[in-house]
Amino acid sequence: MRLHLLALLAKEPAHGYELKQALEQTFGSAYPSPNIGQIYVTLGRLEKDGLVRAVDVEQSNRPNKKVYYLTAKGRDLLEIWVDEPTEGPRVRDEFFMKLVLAPLTGIADRMALISRQRRHYLGLMSDLNDLLSRTPPTDRVALLLIEGAMLHLQADLDWLERCQEDLA
Amino acid sequence: MTSVIKTVNLVKIYQDGALPVPAVRGVDLQVEPGEFVAVMGPSGSGKSTLVHLLGGLDTRTSGEIWLDGKRVDTLSESAWAVLRRRRIGFVFQFFNLVANMTVGDNVELPALLAGASPKVARERRESLLAALNLTDRADAAPAQLSGGEQQRVALARALANQPALLLADEPTGNLDSRNTRDVLRLLGTVHKEGQTIVMVTHDARVASLADRVVSLFDGEIVDDGRIARRRTGTAGEVIDLR
Ligand SMILES: Nc1ncnc2c1ncn2[C@@H]1O[C@H](COP(=O)(O)OP(=O)(O)OP(=O)(O)O)[C@@H](O)[C@H]1O
Ligand SMILES: [Mg+2]
Repeated sequence: MRLHLLALLAKEPAHGYELKQALEQTFGSAYPSPNIGQIYVTLGRLEKDGLVRAVDVEQSNRPNKKVYYLTAKGRDLLEIWVDEPTEGPRVRDEFFMKLVLAPLTGIADRMALISRQRRHYLGLMSDLNDLLSRTPPTDRVALLLIEGAMLHLQADLDWLERCQEDLA
Repeated sequence: MTSVIKTVNLVKIYQDGALPVPAVRGVDLQVEPGEFVAVMGPSGSGKSTLVHLLGGLDTRTSGEIWLDGKRVDTLSESAWAVLRRRRIGFVFQFFNLVANMTVGDNVELPALLAGASPKVARERRESLLAALNLTDRADAAPAQLSGGEQQRVALARALANQPALLLADEPTGNLDSRNTRDVLRLLGTVHKEGQTIVMVTHDARVASLADRVVSLFDGEIVDDGRIARRRTGTAGEVIDLR
């Protein structure tokens, strides 16, 4: 969450609760509702690393609140994060390792592994379909996330079929 | 409860070439009323051959086919034609519409042939064309339509006589995401209304609507099981942000 908070602070200084609200507003249902404690812990670490700084702002008949702003070092780190290409999805995943190693162990048959994995992916796809139908059209960010997840799953299923063909 | 489909050791060997090609090799499949079964598997694994056998569009080499508790693999071609008209809707992998009839008439005809009144057939035609976003193409000839449009017409036609069994071979192969969404919605609706469906598909979104997935490999069923659904929640909870 470190860089997500830095990005929000690049727009304007904010206190912890405002950051929580900004995450919710920006991502809609695409972001798991952030825990306020986790946000404060992250801000503390960012401050310790010199990426943000905090000023105390007095409030009438309430304890002071800490407003955080981005330091030059924080902005540099954010720029590096934005500019560098992002890693692709992991293909050499747990399933791939099982598929390659299982026949060596004699524990499982590859065809059975592939079939089970296919049904698992289809179950996930069905969950996504359900999610898509429950997501309001105004929640654009969430819709994009769901469609992205569906396209990834379709690719995973195509690849399973490719693995299956290889067993012939 | 009588199964809608039951096959016993079903075999199809194509003998037309120099070498016999075993396309379906000993398939035992049972489909219950209201079930939606997705058939998946690599190219050449026998998916089209299997659904053609189930619809009487090809003859089996050996084994048995039972539809609604009646043995059908021994039926004559004309008896099959009657059965299809009354009980089965079929969507082909390579759609075949009647070329010299309008899109609307292509959809209306099966209902009329199945004995629906002209009024009912017309209503069914209009609701299906609307559901698949084809209303303004009703008067066109099939040849004037894009591949995706023809495919949706083929689906509408297959559902026109409200068949007990829908057999479909890759009904979304040519569709973009918007049209796939319409097809998904229609399939979801008819399935909820109790439509039994056996559908060959590579499209995971379509397959994920099914209750059960049957995987073919080299003419044999290598997997047959239900699709488990679990996760509920918001997008952020269901999809991990890595
Ligand atoms: N009319 C035919 N004559 C001879 N062989 C055939 C005939 N139709 C299909 N085959 C062969 O039978 C096997 C199964 O074909 P089928 O069309 O059922 O595969 P499929 O699973 O539907 O593949 P795809 O995903 O490419 O549509 C293939 O080896 C194919 O070449
Ligand atoms: Mg085929």
